[in-house]
Amino acid sequence: MHQISRPVPLVAEAEVSSAPATISPVRAYLNNCGSGQRADSSFTTLMLACACSIFVIVLFIFVVLIVNSHLSLVAFGWKFFMREAWDPVAGDFGALPFIYGTLMTSLLALLIAVPLALGVAIFLTELCPRPLRAPISFLSELLATIPSVVYGLWAVFVLIPLMRSTIGPFLLKTFGWTGLFEGPNFGVGILTAGIILSIMVLPIISSLTRDIMTAVPNSQREAVLALGATKWEMIRIGVLRNSRIGIVGAVLLGLGRALGETMAVTMVIGNHPEIAKSLFAPGYTLASVIANEFSEATGDLYYSALIEIGLALFLVTIIVNAVARLMVWAVTRGAPSRAS
Amino acid sequence: MSSQLVNNQPLKAPRKPSRANTLHRSAANYLVSGLAILATLLVLAPLAAILFYLVYKGASSLNLAFFTHPPTPVGEEGGGMANAIIGSGIILALASLMGIPVGIAAGVYLAEFGQGKLLGNAIRFTADVLNGVPSIVMGIAVYSLVVKQQMHYSALAGGIALAIMMVPTITRTTEEMLATVPHAVREAALGLGVPKWRTVVSVSLRTASPGIITGCMLAFARVAGETAPLLFTAFGNQFWSFRLNEPIAALPLQIFVYAISPYDEWHRLAWAGALVLIALIMVSVTLVRIFANRGVLKGGS
Repeated sequence: MHQISRPVPLVAEAEVSSAPATISPVRAYLNNCGSGQRADSSFTTLMLACACSIFVIVLFIFVVLIVNSHLSLVAFGWKFFMREAWDPVAGDFGALPFIYGTLMTSLLALLIAVPLALGVAIFLTELCPRPLRAPISFLSELLATIPSVVYGLWAVFVLIPLMRSTIGPFLLKTFGWTGLFEGPNFGVGILTAGIILSIMVLPIISSLTRDIMTAVPNSQREAVLALGATKWEMIRIGVLRNSRIGIVGAVLLGLGRALGETMAVTMVIGNHPEIAKSLFAPGYTLASVIANEFSEATGDLYYSALIEIGLALFLVTIIVNAVARLMVWAVTRGAPSRAS
Repeated sequence: MSSQLVNNQPLKAPRKPSRANTLHRSAANYLVSGLAILATLLVLAPLAAILFYLVYKGASSLNLAFFTHPPTPVGEEGGGMANAIIGSGIILALASLMGIPVGIAAGVYLAEFGQGKLLGNAIRFTADVLNGVPSIVMGIAVYSLVVKQQMHYSALAGGIALAIMMVPTITRTTEEMLATVPHAVREAALGLGVPKWRTVVSVSLRTASPGIITGCMLAFARVAGETAPLLFTAFGNQFWSFRLNEPIAALPLQIFVYAISPYDEWHRLAWAGALVLIALIMVSVTLVRIFANRGVLKGGS
């Protein structure tokens, strides 16, 4: 409202200026609040405070985790991550089985998901007829919105029986000689967890890869095509080679998600702290041991050992994500944003 | 002399590509196209499988009691998840109340005040990184800070955990949406003598509001299905509870507990719950997708 009435006081000011001693209280009030200086600076400060709260959140998570895992940090030191023991009764803790489980499931997930995601991204950016493009990308992104617990539910009642009856025996027959598929096949295990994880990270990798591939300028494609390349050669030379850093970043972001995924993995991995070579064997991951045992952790050492596992998970995912983000940024920076 | 020799040499006819080479190249081309199409189909297959199975199992066990009754003890027929639906609503409302204003404000700072500054870039980067922190870590952090101090699980703690998860997503979408507002619009407002804060609130934010609402809905849909951060904060409850400082039931939590239980009746309820949850999320995401025809949306990542 002040803005509308401002021109009028300006005229008044010119008259008053000849007699500065007689500034009316109304004039003084308007002079004070008209510029909005104070409102502006307090607004900026408020916005800045909210923005900085993101720093505060990260810092606070870090500090809280360190403080609460102090006991186990002191008791086991760095050896914590090298020890295989997990005996809550004797108070003997080591995180190696969980690290192994986390790494194995995440790597399996990436092995399955990356080629598929690349295929989807190539299809969507280069081959797909235009009218199909939006619906298919929408559908593949719907996969990302399905909650983890629903994936878990589906895996428990569909994937696990399928593993036991069809996929497991088939793998044993075909790839049994590798020694990766030994032992009894319960349906639950590292392989099942890897499969469900791959379904969950796929939409992330494919949608980011698609963004990165769209960011490759068309002149690159045209140049390669003009030299007489086939479509695949154009994709390989013109698109994939230009976007490889970004694609690695996208894969790392998928890895970050896979490392921290909790519910679906907890429901299908079998929850057994043991390092087994066979992919059929049940395992345990960092996230699922927290989910399963945290609320029943008796004793301070048990509790702080679990928190230390959380701390490790936090640090690893932060590093993976930071590296991945930097890589994706390096490629998509300055590129026109995707119109969906 | 030598140059003349070169000039005098007969021009070679351009080498014709051998037939085998052409065949080989076009075969590779078709092979890769085929593989890409196959990959797309393979990716859409689990989606179809999950949705089909969910509707098939869930719809058969959905009834009115599901929406009106709390769970019954094991062995008794009937019962529903009414308390979990209400509980989820309460936790999500709390999370939105805390997370949305902070997220939007941070986004406003990034887009309007922090453009090109070192601090702005650092905050943007931190938000992206925070987005990737596993939800279970949020759960134990909030447990250590809130639940341990209060000495009991509470709806409030669950709300805080989810709010923390909402902030980075909303911040980034708000920033992206504000970046699509043309500078001319801002300059017009500033040229009329409107203070900066008023320009931001009534011009920039209002112009970008469809996109920002979309971002909020996406963040909402994302945390609506989160289970891991609620395990040690909201904890779950078999009974009605509306108090903020008591353990409260939540739909994803209830689905998890029922899914790993050995009772068929509970499995049935878990499927029904999953159907309701996913219908809720998909409807909101699809609505967002239909109505958000401006700006860029990056869901899920």
